[in-house]
Amino acid sequence: MSVLRCALVFALVLVAGQVLAVIETYEFSNPELELRYRQLSAELRCPKCQNQNIADSNAPIAQDLRKLLYQQLEQGSSDGEILDYMVARYGEFVRYRPRFSGATAILWLTPVLLLLAGLVVAFLTLRSRRGSVDPTAAAPELSADEQQQLQALLDKTEKDS
Amino acid sequence: MGPRFKLFVPLILFVVLALFLLRGLELDPREMPSALIDNPLPEFTLPSLGQDRLISRQDVVGRVVLLNVWATWCVSCRVEHPYLHRLAERGVPIYGVNYKDDDADALRWLDELGNPYVANIVDREGTLGLDLGVYGAPETYLVDAAGVIRYRHVGVVDERIWQTVLQPLYVELTDGAVNQ
Repeated sequence: MSVLRCALVFALVLVAGQVLAVIETYEFSNPELELRYRQLSAELRCPKCQNQNIADSNAPIAQDLRKLLYQQLEQGSSDGEILDYMVARYGEFVRYRPRFSGATAILWLTPVLLLLAGLVVAFLTLRSRRGSVDPTAAAPELSADEQQQLQALLDKTEKDS
Repeated sequence: MGPRFKLFVPLILFVVLALFLLRGLELDPREMPSALIDNPLPEFTLPSLGQDRLISRQDVVGRVVLLNVWATWCVSCRVEHPYLHRLAERGVPIYGVNYKDDDADALRWLDELGNPYVANIVDREGTLGLDLGVYGAPETYLVDAAGVIRYRHVGVVDERIWQTVLQPLYVELTDGAVNQ
């Protein structure tokens, strides 16, 4: 019963999120513009509520930016022009994928560097492990003395059993 | 060195992470530098609040001024207002940008609380705000005599902010203007 109730609450929460996400609607003169509007509004970050894009945020500034985006698209601006316009006013911060530059290099390069570092560590670890326990290496030869000891032990166990 | 050093790797990683997190505690992610620092104040021609005339960039530029973005719906602006009076009394010219507000409400506000502004630019649609990169009120811009934005403070200007941040810049800029 409680599982069912939890599932119901969960489903309602999911639906509620979608209902909130619907904000104002704009009539576009052609469907291609509407597609670009969706892409750009998902890519632009709301300056006020910083973990949301302008498509999801209902802060006044996000509403203004959506309106502006709509107007610029209808005026025939290219994606590049619109992004430049936004960046000139709000900084690279306003883009979820900032341009590569000195200030954003650490953002773009850190994942690659960490991946490379991980590969190097994995390679070194595997190599040192193979060096210490190599299953293909031949067993060391026993000296005559050791051979005799081994035979004695084997004989002993045979006698016991 | 080899195996013994490896024992310290988790500790080193922990210390590095802790230093980053410690630094993160002091940083305010909402404090963004304005994209307009060292750029000219955008052009505008907008109505002047309570006056039957337009006010434009040329009216504001010419001396070091503060440009204060405010609105009657902004609670922090009410907190900030008394301090703006004190700055105005000390002779700091402050221009207001009445941001996305109602003229009648704004005039009533100035009537009740007093008017520290040289003039108020009526930005009903938020167009100037957009060009300035305003994302909330109050915001205060320090504009030099040549019309270049030198600093933007987001949030309430109080004695502490003025003494530590704005005044040093203001003094530096005004001295420069006298020398020229």
